[in-house]
Amino acid sequence: MNALPRWAELALLPVLNLLLALALTALLVLATGGDPVAALTALAVGSLGSADAIGYTLYYATSMAFTGLAVAVAFQGGLFNIGAEGQAYLGGLGVTLAALYLGFLPGLLLLPLAIAGGAAFGAAWAAIPGWLQARRGSHIVITTIMFNFLAAALMVYLIVNLLTPPGSMAPESRPFPEAASLPGLAQLGFPSSAPVNLALVLAMLAALGVWLLVWRTAWGYALRVMGQSPAVAAYAGIDQARMIIWVMALSGALAGGVAVNELMGAQHKLLLGFTSGYGFTGIAVALMGRNHPAGVLLAALLFGALTQGGAELAFEVPDVPSEIVVLIQGLVILFTGALGNMLRPALARMLGRAGG
Amino acid sequence: MPEAEEMAPPAIELRGIDKRFGAVHANRAVDLTVRHGSIHGIIGENGAGKSTLMAILHGFYQADAGSIRVNGQEVAIRDSRDAIRLGIEMVHQHFMLVDRFTVLENVMLGAEGGPLLARGAAKARAELARLGETFGLRVDPDARIEDLPVGAQQRVEILKALYRGAEVLILDEPTGVLTPQEADDLFRVLRALRAQGRTVLLITHKLREIMAITDSVSVMRAGQMVAHRETAATSVAELGELMIGRRLTAPAPRPPPKLRPVLLDARNLSVHDAAGVERVKGVDLALRGGEILGIAGVAGNGQGELLEALAGMRRPSGGEIRLGGRTVFPGRGFNPAALRRQRLGHVPEDRLRCGLLRDASAAETAILGHQDDPSWRRFGLLAPSAIAAHAARLMHDYDVRPADPALRSALFSGGNQQKLVLAREIDRDPEVLLVGQPTRGVDIGGIDAIHQRLLACRAAGKAVLLVSVELDEIMALADRILVMFDGRIMGELTSAEADEQHLGLLMAGVAQERVA
Repeated sequence: MNALPRWAELALLPVLNLLLALALTALLVLATGGDPVAALTALAVGSLGSADAIGYTLYYATSMAFTGLAVAVAFQGGLFNIGAEGQAYLGGLGVTLAALYLGFLPGLLLLPLAIAGGAAFGAAWAAIPGWLQARRGSHIVITTIMFNFLAAALMVYLIVNLLTPPGSMAPESRPFPEAASLPGLAQLGFPSSAPVNLALVLAMLAALGVWLLVWRTAWGYALRVMGQSPAVAAYAGIDQARMIIWVMALSGALAGGVAVNELMGAQHKLLLGFTSGYGFTGIAVALMGRNHPAGVLLAALLFGALTQGGAELAFEVPDVPSEIVVLIQGLVILFTGALGNMLRPALARMLGRAGG
Repeated sequence: MPEAEEMAPPAIELRGIDKRFGAVHANRAVDLTVRHGSIHGIIGENGAGKSTLMAILHGFYQADAGSIRVNGQEVAIRDSRDAIRLGIEMVHQHFMLVDRFTVLENVMLGAEGGPLLARGAAKARAELARLGETFGLRVDPDARIEDLPVGAQQRVEILKALYRGAEVLILDEPTGVLTPQEADDLFRVLRALRAQGRTVLLITHKLREIMAITDSVSVMRAGQMVAHRETAATSVAELGELMIGRRLTAPAPRPPPKLRPVLLDARNLSVHDAAGVERVKGVDLALRGGEILGIAGVAGNGQGELLEALAGMRRPSGGEIRLGGRTVFPGRGFNPAALRRQRLGHVPEDRLRCGLLRDASAAETAILGHQDDPSWRRFGLLAPSAIAAHAARLMHDYDVRPADPALRSALFSGGNQQKLVLAREIDRDPEVLLVGQPTRGVDIGGIDAIHQRLLACRAAGKAVLLVSVELDEIMALADRILVMFDGRIMGELTSAEADEQHLGLLMAGVAQERVA
């Protein structure tokens, strides 16, 4: 009803919402006795003020882009995949098994195989809830949540009992062979030792691939039809059960990208809890990015910056409580997601008057 | 206040209402005066702007310019709460009822009268009884909505409006879902409302209803108010002409069918619905190329399920279906996509629910079901320009207005949506065309265009199965008519034998022997 020009819809409204979230943050910092200017400065400088800062921001953003894409692609089919966390975790198992047991292969072969392993394990872990929804009617939201817990339990068991080398006290696998490590941007001339790596490029390619698949193929068309209305999909003769299983597999494969970034790009071994909540951040990222790949990349960048800047903030401005970072993220989600349309009527009126 | 009554200002007075949606000028400087205590009809083709105008009056949209007066007072209606406060209530074409609630609970919705329901419920029950008495609106207050027939659901909508103190009641195409008998009941209620001094605004495209029930009538065309008439001083012919801007021509007599072999054949077909109820009970039918076979019946007697089964959307529980001589059921690959490949076209009964993509562009709707066609691929990928060009051609050929492939499907009027769906299905050159309620919610000009398309299919030797609850439509188009009642075929009539009386008895379940 309140139609906005395209540029305002895609740029102005999100930026205003973000500013609103930051303004409220400043007020809250002030209320807790802190210095809002110092806090916001620390946040900005900490996330974008140096090569190191940018490097870490991009590193976090990479993982968030993968999970954001995972949630977004499922959402295009009307499926709310809350299980990206568990799928990313299982993706880590796929990456690790390939890296350790095919470690004798040269890097040129091993890298794609390990990436494929991560994608395949993530896909399989997501396809099971997909199958349960498609053939048994178990709701995907419930099953994917449960599969997060199953993934956590399974991985603890595997890592602690099977993958930890004998004699080691740390619950982590033995290190990956050199051939399985994804080159960092530092090795390619980026002036920082931050762990940002080629998985960033992979995430961008994945975004492009998702866009092509969803908006430029008949399969993607069918997916969007199903997402808009199952009744229309039935009329059009789309095999929805199949579609659900496949799109969930795709979603899980994308979530597996987290393991590529974290394990192959940074840690070079499998460790407990390496997904550290990226699966859930992905939901916010997809929400803010309006389930569109370009939006997901931008939102991932923002959340990456908040994560990195937040860490710096806690370090640089000690009188600001460290919870303030979580608070900022929450406010950003609140203003861009839940209250995303709050400014719309006013903005539409203003632009309508100005534009005539 | 008898003195006030005498010189009562108009219940509704609209002046210079203007509304644009992007490039679409839905209302241009519309004036409308509705007398207090009258039944006022608004007619116009689909897309003429009637629904927009009523949405403005009901606060769903706001006018870009113009003023609204209610009982002589200038008012601003910002949302439907404002409208309700002013006593303006709307009964929508698609009912706004909670299916699993009882009548009483639905009526109380939004007017519960406090945190505890008991007191409000007692008050509502008494008030319902009173309203039922006054206006002849009798409904069991404890019946669940989902158990009520459509006519009764509509009465609940009206009761709900009256319960909230409606002085002005807007009804949007109220008879579209009713049997002729239910429509008569509705008209009795409307007359009772008028007798009690309420004002009724009736939006319709059915000229006969206008003549039967209204006191005065306003005609809209292309966003403008083109005429106001006292109903007693006008005629169906004049209104029809005003509405479509030209003289209506009588339908040309149909040439006799040039029959081809049987293209669609169903034997002993049974269909159960999701709840396990048998909705189609052993139906036999054979459809030949070059003919239109009509299926008549009161809505809900299994025609919808039969149509969906023949289209592959619903798996029959027994029987056999042959398409073009090949058995498609029972068998593997019985689904809409496979049947489409075997040259079956399907215009669904409920286009809004399953025939088009409401939130996607007209171009995307135009390839629904045919997304795998290579002709809109470039380098293996869907080419939006090719899809838009295809949609633009369909919209041009079938006179879909506005002819804008980028416009959201939901923003077209019902008639134009239907033309788009029909264009998509007929353009594939199907051998068998299944058509459900092709003109539901479509205006006169649109009905005529759609009927011509179906007759053209017949002339081209296609087999057309027409399911419709509109007897006029069945009689105007079908060569043979099957009448369904309670899931069974009650009898078959040729177009020469068919008249409303014969059909009506069969539709009521009276067996053929006793009719003949």
